[in-house]
Amino acid sequence: MLKTFPIGGIHPSESKISRECPIQDLPLPATVTIPLSQHIGTPAEALVVKGQRVRTGELIGKSTGFVSSNIHSSVTGVVTAVESYLDPSGVRRPGVTIAVEPDQWAEGIDVGDAIVRECTLSPAEIVAKVAAAGVVGMGGATFPTHVKLSVPAGRKAEFLLINGVECEPYLTDDYRVMLERGEELLIGIRILARALGAERVMVGIENNKPEAVASLRQLAEATGGGVEIVPLKVRYPQGSEKHLIAALTGRQVPSGGLPIDVGAIVQNVGTALAVYDAVQKNKPLIERVVTVTGRSLARQANLRVRIGTSVSALLDYCGGLPADTGKVIAGGPMMGRAMANLDAPVVKGMSSVLVMPESLSRRLPQEQCIRCGKCVSVCPMGLEPYLLAKVSQKALWEEAEAHHAPDCIECGSCSWQCPSALPLLDYIRLGKAEVIRMVRSRKSR
Amino acid sequence: MDKSLIVSPSPHVHGRQTTARLMSDVVVALLPVLAVSTWVFGPGVLWVTGTAVGCCVVFEYLIQRFLLRGPLTVNNWSAVVTGMLLAFNLPASIPLWMVAVGALVAIGVGKMTFGGLGKNPFNPALVGRVFMLLSFPVAMTTFPEVADAATGATPLSAMKGALASGMTVPEAMRMFDYRALLVGFKSGSFGEVPALVLLLGFAWLLVRRVITWHIPVYVLGTMALFTGILWGVDPERYMSPLFHLLTGGALLGAIFMATDYVTSPMTGRGMLLYGMGIGIITVLIRLWGQYPEGMSFAILIMNAFVPLIDKYVKPRRFGAVGKAKA
Amino acid sequence: MGVLGYTILTLCVLGVLCALILYFVAQKFRVYEDPRIDDVEKMLPGANCGGCGYAGCRTFAATAVNEKDMSGLYCPVGGALTMKRIADFLGKAAPEREPMVAVLRCNGSRANRPRNNVYDGAPSCAVEASLYAGETGCSFGCLGKGDCVSVCNFDALHMDPATGLPVVDEEKCTACGACVKKCPKMLFELRKKGPKGRRVYVACMNREKGALARKSCAVACIACGKCVRACPFDAITLANNLAYIDFNKCRLCRKCVPECPTGAICDANFPAPARKAEVVADGASARPTPVRESGEERSDS
Repeated sequence: MLKTFPIGGIHPSESKISRECPIQDLPLPATVTIPLSQHIGTPAEALVVKGQRVRTGELIGKSTGFVSSNIHSSVTGVVTAVESYLDPSGVRRPGVTIAVEPDQWAEGIDVGDAIVRECTLSPAEIVAKVAAAGVVGMGGATFPTHVKLSVPAGRKAEFLLINGVECEPYLTDDYRVMLERGEELLIGIRILARALGAERVMVGIENNKPEAVASLRQLAEATGGGVEIVPLKVRYPQGSEKHLIAALTGRQVPSGGLPIDVGAIVQNVGTALAVYDAVQKNKPLIERVVTVTGRSLARQANLRVRIGTSVSALLDYCGGLPADTGKVIAGGPMMGRAMANLDAPVVKGMSSVLVMPESLSRRLPQEQCIRCGKCVSVCPMGLEPYLLAKVSQKALWEEAEAHHAPDCIECGSCSWQCPSALPLLDYIRLGKAEVIRMVRSRKSR
Repeated sequence: MDKSLIVSPSPHVHGRQTTARLMSDVVVALLPVLAVSTWVFGPGVLWVTGTAVGCCVVFEYLIQRFLLRGPLTVNNWSAVVTGMLLAFNLPASIPLWMVAVGALVAIGVGKMTFGGLGKNPFNPALVGRVFMLLSFPVAMTTFPEVADAATGATPLSAMKGALASGMTVPEAMRMFDYRALLVGFKSGSFGEVPALVLLLGFAWLLVRRVITWHIPVYVLGTMALFTGILWGVDPERYMSPLFHLLTGGALLGAIFMATDYVTSPMTGRGMLLYGMGIGIITVLIRLWGQYPEGMSFAILIMNAFVPLIDKYVKPRRFGAVGKAKA
Repeated sequence: MGVLGYTILTLCVLGVLCALILYFVAQKFRVYEDPRIDDVEKMLPGANCGGCGYAGCRTFAATAVNEKDMSGLYCPVGGALTMKRIADFLGKAAPEREPMVAVLRCNGSRANRPRNNVYDGAPSCAVEASLYAGETGCSFGCLGKGDCVSVCNFDALHMDPATGLPVVDEEKCTACGACVKKCPKMLFELRKKGPKGRRVYVACMNREKGALARKSCAVACIACGKCVRACPFDAITLANNLAYIDFNKCRLCRKCVPECPTGAICDANFPAPARKAEVVADGASARPTPVRESGEERSDS
């Protein structure tokens, strides 16, 4: 029996149509717009001014606190603006726009292809390098990695779990990284384990990627073992931090708690690779692999893209936006965000650009709840989505709190399953935010 | 930009199940039962079913269109399911105008009074059926003769009569043949009859993931356990569990009626309570009650408890913090 | 005696017994309350809207009875008349307050503010606001999903299908403030109703710089400051790229209205012909005409 998480879950159509596309480099765009906030936490502070020349990998935004992250220039060129840009949801945010010239790398960055295997740094040195390189969680949550690596005093990270699950339909960027950059990935994983002093290191991969399991397992053994590659049953949302921990260790993160409460730290595959680059190559996080996919798209691709490249440049590379496009999603179809503005830049947490034709973009017409209870049975957190949605819609926040709205991980299984096509998660998300705000203001009082 | 993109919160994909698809799957699961019943009881079955389904759909449409003036939902097949289930609880010989009255009560009183699909506390088909049972007791309990069945009475009422006249169970059991009970030749409402076909429908519902196994297994398991204990204590006075499961509305009720989404609990543990309640009440009515069969009443009684069960029986939460430890 | 007699006797005894139990229980659990609270509550509208700041009409009534003076209390729904009745009944001084009305500070109708994407989520402003900027280029304007309409207890708000904006029915609006609290974009403001309902206000909340604001909406406030200079009473202030008219200082002279280059300043319930003449006299006919208040609203002037 393959391992998986204990409660709920669904199995949406996998649609991994870009899985056989090797990672390609996207040619440098004419301009990039690098947001100063690509992470959870406080935005970085701009270090450059208009007209200034910057080199690839140079620091352009300084972290403004512990939970914050450095921002580096992903290109060489002249800064044309340090002001607001329009993000995918149509909101203006601070960013740095640079006119691109051919690459000149900042000093100290190893741009060679040779794999650097040796790492003798102390945990503190590793964390410092990761922080300096601006590495954040690449799975989409974009939590600054150095914060996660700083285990609070008195706690111990028994397990380092690497998330290679990629349970979202369509996405294949982590899969390609595991296949093509396996060796660097394993070095990155071992560096993370060293920084944390973890006793057991496991890589969780869903069983629809047997090639990745086999190749990583073989590489791990060839390079000295110590990293377990664990195939998992295909089930959404296994890529959720809490559910991956439950699947791999059998431990459940307590409600309202953090993974470290059960002695686990989870890092994404992309993050581990970024850690390798940061620690072994002194290369800051200035590019990432993005899956560009969709059945209507002329060509599928897994592209290595400089941060700040506009999404429309990616689409142009893949044959342009099809005429029947209804929706463009940044991220996967279950948890990604629909974009209102395609000129928005690629950010550190953007794993995919998914194009949906008009026919698949509209939601089904809403009907009334038939109390089938399917939302309850699929909820991976064991909540009652129908009830939470109802009380949130009626703005009964106390009720929402009593029914544990903040536990919701917003995986969307309930809305996916609902035969009446009710926008359950839309309302639950509202209730969750409101309850969290309520609890916070109560605490501060 | 020249093109308007659609923006909505995640998730951006939806599973294949819709209300109409679930309901039409139930109809498909009931079709073999209809076919076998027609073969056993004759074309009267089709007339009754047709009338019940037609009346349910028409009444639902009329009430929504002219009384509630809300959105029309007749195209989601739920009225068809109600009609079929109502028909399957009737004897094939019943006058059609009674069927129409039953359909009106089922849809009008059982469903639309409460606001339509999803809001009714009681299973509409059973509300209609029980109304008819109380209003037309003779027509509702007169069953047409079946080719090689001993009497025109249902096995349960025949058994009840036999026991009342002083026979012991083993003596009375000579009237019946388990094989016949399993494949169809016995008297009764025509949906109650062919046990094997009902199980086929159950399998279809499971394969299509319309329902889960929980409620039917809990209901039938409780009945088997309860009657099994009694049978073990005194086989002279009590029928075997197998007899109980194969006769009357046990299978039809457990598979198709108790599992009605609207009137059954949401959580697994709630389903256990609900299923056990139905099982126990059914057996109590069958053995010590006035009526030979108690499935309909048991389901309706437990329907009334569903809001209470849903309020207090909560699902097992991921990472629930134990209060005892804290 | 016989059966009948025993039955009657039993019933009588039962009746007396129950009455005694009820009496003692009622005595034991009796809570003393000032009977005037009930009376005051009856005088209140009974909508429990919370517009007074108290959790329902009864709490308001209890406060009115128990507090020494009623200066902090005002029922916006009942208005001055109700407050006077309550004050007379309790023998206290009635607080006075000018009648207020809810005002929508956005004029981004479909014509003024083009849509550049389509929202397809749950039909709720709160959900849409938490998701993204909205269907137009302006992330400050009305989302038009009608959360305010659903929260209004007095049927005073309706969506205008032509503009996509809610319209306040001044006759019905009680200034309870429910819409003010509900609107996720904070577009509603309670303003002085003004003589004959006349008032002047800036119908825009766009805090972007002028050029950006103007790009997304034809009637956006671009914070040019012309109105500030035009106002003889210092009623207009400029902050966060937005002009604001203080309704306590505004004397309804309307000098600012023709000055506004985008037509972001709305004047409600003024006689229509006079206003037209003014605009023409100023020679500002080239500017886009602001969408006027609905005719229904103007009819009462």
